[in-house]
Amino acid sequence: MKLTPAQSERIAKTMIWAAALLVIGLLLFIMVYILVKGLPVLSLQFLTDIPRSMGRAGGIASTIVGTFMVTALAIAIVIPFGIGTAFYLAEYTKGNIVTRIIRFSAESLAGIPSIVYGLFGFIFFVIYLGLGWSIISGGLTLAFMILPTVIRTSEEAILAVPHIYREVSFSLSATKWQTISKVVFPSALLGIVNGVLLSVGRCVAETAAVILTAGSSYGMPTSVFSPTRTMAVHFYLLASEGISMENAYGTAALLIVLILLINVVANAFVNRFIAKGR
Amino acid sequence: MTACKHKKMTLAAVALVLALSVCLTASCSGRSDSGVVVAGSTSVQPYIELLAEEFAIQHPGNSVDVQGGGSSAGITAAETGAADLGMSSRDLKEDERLWSVVIAKDGLAVIVNPKNPVSDLSLEQVCGIYAAEITNWSQLGGTPAKIHVIAREEGSGTRSAFEDLVMGDSFRITPKAIVQNSNGAVRQIVAGDPDSVGFISLGLVDQTVKAVKLNGVAAVRENVLEGNYSLYRPFLLVAKAKPEGLSMQFIDFVLSPEGKKLMMDEGLIPLQGD
Amino acid sequence: MKKFKERLSGRIFFTLALSSISALALITVFIISQGAPLIAEVGIIKFIFGMEWAPSRGEFGIFPMIIGSVTVTLGAAVIGVPVGICCSVFLAEFAPPAMSNLFRPAIQLLAGIPSVVYGFWGLLFVVPAVRNLFGGPGLSILTGSIILGIMILPTVISISEVSILALPRQYKEGALALGMTHWQTIYAVMLPAAKSGIVAAVILGIGRAVGETMAVIMVLGNAVAVPESILDPVRTLTTNIGIEMGYASGEHQQALFATGIVLFVAIMILNSFAQYVTRRK
Repeated sequence: MKLTPAQSERIAKTMIWAAALLVIGLLLFIMVYILVKGLPVLSLQFLTDIPRSMGRAGGIASTIVGTFMVTALAIAIVIPFGIGTAFYLAEYTKGNIVTRIIRFSAESLAGIPSIVYGLFGFIFFVIYLGLGWSIISGGLTLAFMILPTVIRTSEEAILAVPHIYREVSFSLSATKWQTISKVVFPSALLGIVNGVLLSVGRCVAETAAVILTAGSSYGMPTSVFSPTRTMAVHFYLLASEGISMENAYGTAALLIVLILLINVVANAFVNRFIAKGR
Repeated sequence: MTACKHKKMTLAAVALVLALSVCLTASCSGRSDSGVVVAGSTSVQPYIELLAEEFAIQHPGNSVDVQGGGSSAGITAAETGAADLGMSSRDLKEDERLWSVVIAKDGLAVIVNPKNPVSDLSLEQVCGIYAAEITNWSQLGGTPAKIHVIAREEGSGTRSAFEDLVMGDSFRITPKAIVQNSNGAVRQIVAGDPDSVGFISLGLVDQTVKAVKLNGVAAVRENVLEGNYSLYRPFLLVAKAKPEGLSMQFIDFVLSPEGKKLMMDEGLIPLQGD
Repeated sequence: MKKFKERLSGRIFFTLALSSISALALITVFIISQGAPLIAEVGIIKFIFGMEWAPSRGEFGIFPMIIGSVTVTLGAAVIGVPVGICCSVFLAEFAPPAMSNLFRPAIQLLAGIPSVVYGFWGLLFVVPAVRNLFGGPGLSILTGSIILGIMILPTVISISEVSILALPRQYKEGALALGMTHWQTIYAVMLPAAKSGIVAAVILGIGRAVGETMAVIMVLGNAVAVPESILDPVRTLTTNIGIEMGYASGEHQQALFATGIVLFVAIMILNSFAQYVTRRK
């Protein structure tokens, strides 16, 4: 039996709609489930207390601080290098061998599993440089991990700045540096910020690379040399070892809320970037 | 001219990279202030974490940071100085020449799902299960179903203690065994799967799983204490050399009557005497 | 002064770029230098095709893990790719604007959810479901494939959608003008024309699946034997590192780095292939 075009059209349409609804349904299922179970756990006390007896009791304050410090450190390190590299690629070179090597390695390394970055960070920062399991080891490792992505997203944002801007700037006898700092950078800023924000999300969500480099001790960190446990690691340990489901849900709910916020803000930036480009 | 410029730029770049690495290395010496880092066995970790919390309350301003990782990692960390103290849930091997102190004994419980009718196994049967020679619960008097064997990962002190005590030299844990990397994870899987069997630290057995009798002896602390129950291993703290300062204070606290009581309350078997 | 600033800024950018690339080179060199000695010692053939993984006995064969990675990844592709491509077609062609404005951020959110959350969700719902429906321990290739199939969706959807949207409008208009139905146009004209982008999307999705660690640690069971059915537990290359890294020392640790090399090479090949496919257009 052969289907008429109208029949196959109907079947295809149904399947496509079904797939789309399935995906949205799954997303809602995962998020709503975690939020429903977790949000009631989030009390002021839960947020301001440090974990006790392995996380069975107490809150998650130190893991929030740990997550924040590791992420902030990673972003602070990656911003000059990532964005600087992107400007070099986009503005200073025209497809010479250096550019090609950097672009190739950035694109390839963007796909390297985080566990491999964790391996590297563990041996290099924790053991070889003797930084131990610490916020600084974790932050450096994450900086390495997100560097390729930041280079790429920033470069895309810079390249999206219409060429005419630069030409006008040059024709007004602005120098290259003036053009970059006064014209290109401001126009690309929103796009760059969007890329950086998505990397913030990746840092917050990362577990494999962090557990190997920042450690898993849940005391309140006192300096960047303290070991720490991020929220994602805390959640992993609580959930996989069945220490406290309640606290696991609470931690996961906060993680999801954070990711949600980061995404909303990143989207706001990218929408403004697009609007500005028009 | 351009060649010269390139050279200069390269020089500048090399200088920056060098400067960065110098900063990094210099910052290493900044570590270890008023804290002790303890790392290693995930079996010992929960107890040390409890002790560390209590220690920190009694010694304000000092912190004891506790990392997981596993016995072998703990021993290596103590050796390399990545941690001040290592936790091990197995005896040191001959080539691991470190300072060590036994802080307690811990029973190993073979656990099954509470719904499983099997509740008494011999050591040979446990060995047979883990060597994949016994593969169905019906061979053990249970309801016919394939046995889902759950073990710990290579490098785990619990695994190597289990291998020493149960498997001996001639048998090895089947590669088909499901591997989980903590006592808690093993317990969780067994609690959810009626056909599974696992082994965990006796102190962590709760009502979600059932500890089977071994050769007719119940897996309870008293039986370990009296020497009737044969599956137990030592919990060690190890260090590169005899610890001093805060590390030693912490060890003293762990071995104090107060520390022993804490461990006892959590299901461990502290050493006898003083 | 102006000229100095000019030269300085150029140099700073160059230095930053050079530092970035040295950082990236450092990772590669370090991982290879840590793992290569063991591969050399064991022998590359024995390492890759060895069936026994028992580091405490000095046996380092990662073939079961390679099989694990391959099967789970294939499973994820079988589950995730059709759904993903359907979704990208939906977004590009069928979704009412209001809906696609909601759908796109949702997909991005799906990409942002921590992998441990997926793993946990799998442990709660998929593992018991697989155990009750199909038997076995529930921790299995099938479970892992389902979780990874969901996790690769954002990659597959967003990249395929972009490549469908990038098609010249004439393709679609021409086909419709010839009297083809909407679906015929999509199926016979648009999807083939966007093929290279979709293939790249699938490859990058596969790369994501190969590289995922924490979610699969929780649901795969991590057994080091070659599986006999999709209901058997397996261990992938990433979970081998993830589950044992903290615990390893000496040769065992080197062996995990060697596992890392294999993973690294696999991902590099996949990514280069994806790049090649996209460029060829």
